[in-house]
Amino acid sequence: MSERDSLTRALSPLGALGRPVLGALAAVGRVTLFALNALWRALRPPFYPREYALAMLHVGWLSLPVVGLTALFTGGALALQIYSGGARFNAESVVPQIVAIGMVRELGPVLVGLMIAARVTSSIAAEIATMKVTEQIDALTTLSTDPMRYLVAPRVVSALVAVPLLVAVGDVIGIAGGYAVATGNLDFNPATYLNNTADFLQWRDVVSSLAKGCAFGGLAALMGCYFGMNSGRGAQGVGRATKGSVEAAAVLILAANFLLTGAFFSV
Amino acid sequence: MIALSGVTKAFDDNRVLQGVDLAVETGRSMVIIGGSGTGKSVLLKCILGLVRPDGGTIALDGQDVARADRDAFLARFGMLFQGAALFDSLPVWQNVAFRLLRGSLARPRDEARAIAIEKLRRVGLGADVADKFPAELSGGMQKRVGLARAIAAEPEIIFFDEPTTGLDPIMAGVINDLIREIVTEMGATAMTITHDMSSVRAIADEVAMLHAGRIQWTGPVADLDHSGDPYVDQFVTGRATGPIEAVR
Repeated sequence: MSERDSLTRALSPLGALGRPVLGALAAVGRVTLFALNALWRALRPPFYPREYALAMLHVGWLSLPVVGLTALFTGGALALQIYSGGARFNAESVVPQIVAIGMVRELGPVLVGLMIAARVTSSIAAEIATMKVTEQIDALTTLSTDPMRYLVAPRVVSALVAVPLLVAVGDVIGIAGGYAVATGNLDFNPATYLNNTADFLQWRDVVSSLAKGCAFGGLAALMGCYFGMNSGRGAQGVGRATKGSVEAAAVLILAANFLLTGAFFSV
Repeated sequence: MIALSGVTKAFDDNRVLQGVDLAVETGRSMVIIGGSGTGKSVLLKCILGLVRPDGGTIALDGQDVARADRDAFLARFGMLFQGAALFDSLPVWQNVAFRLLRGSLARPRDEARAIAIEKLRRVGLGADVADKFPAELSGGMQKRVGLARAIAAEPEIIFFDEPTTGLDPIMAGVINDLIREIVTEMGATAMTITHDMSSVRAIADEVAMLHAGRIQWTGPVADLDHSGDPYVDQFVTGRATGPIEAVR
């Protein structure tokens, strides 16, 4: 065995480790370029107002019921948990404060983000992947219409705008869920509950919630568009694109949540 | 005139186009024949810029298409896709008038709708179809809508990708006749890819056969039955035995 072969064999574990790392970095690069491409096109004409309006309707308005119900039940459950947990050390009275901070800082943005990943990312990926498989993307190009500008930019921009609004609505409904449970079942005074909630929340909590919504919305739409535009052939290609987009969006949302929480609240 | 010189394209190890040389005169109808998987669709997509060739040049009226203004270049083309490729989310008339509702060829909505209905009529569909969605139409009707969309902006050059695939013989004949009539009355340059010999005879002025990544034979459609080329003879007669392997 030559010296070179010995060296190659000795370094092979490093190679096995390096290949997936390089693959992951390449994927990050591709997604970043895709995102910049989409945003650059969103800033330059021609614009497609109908596509933006439809995307806003789909991402924002039509997501309201699922976001509202998720926030309502989560806020209610949170109030019950804090009350029963707090009772162990005579801290039942902190229910309004913890529901407010829990919903606004963490649960509101994360749950809305994950619901958007389930509802919107999957739908975008499946729709665009089907368009690719049936040559509708090629048809757009031959009709002098840039698919990035017509399909991707409206969806990403709409999510950047609509999801923070959904998070704000989710935060309010979640707090309302906690309020309903606390005042209905746990004998909290309604006025005191509302005062404690309002007094405890800071602007930084609200801003972090909206910033997370913006980031999560952008990631969710971006993953749907990226996987859709890069889908494989046939029904299997569409299925893989849809599954991959939701997995990637969910993981990225949770990772971004960790980073943003650190950025806003690290001491 | 569309001129291809030494065009090559490979997907990983699969060398689909291995030096295609072809010329299509302005106002003529060229049909490209060849077996499945020989790169006919890839060739059309290379010309349109949907697929970037690895080598060679493609020129339109003497200008290299790789350096041409993309919007101006595409505005000269219309294309009928194999599966029609209609946009599911838009009603039929907006599919047909897609190019007339946006971009450099945009015009008022009422005018675009009127043109769409006129083009639908031209391909034998009534105005009642205009407000339906593509999913409500049969395969033959979708092909006709695709044809109406391809001609809506009155392009100079029209591409047809397998225009009769999946249609019954009568509907295939209707589409073939429509394509021939429209190409003639518009004076358009046409390129059609197909392996349907009835389409070839109905649509073509000239025929080129693509085999093993190169143009195997080209000539007038009248010479197709006595080309003297064993590959063309086997393809035209549909024999399983000959220089083209039946199992590829």
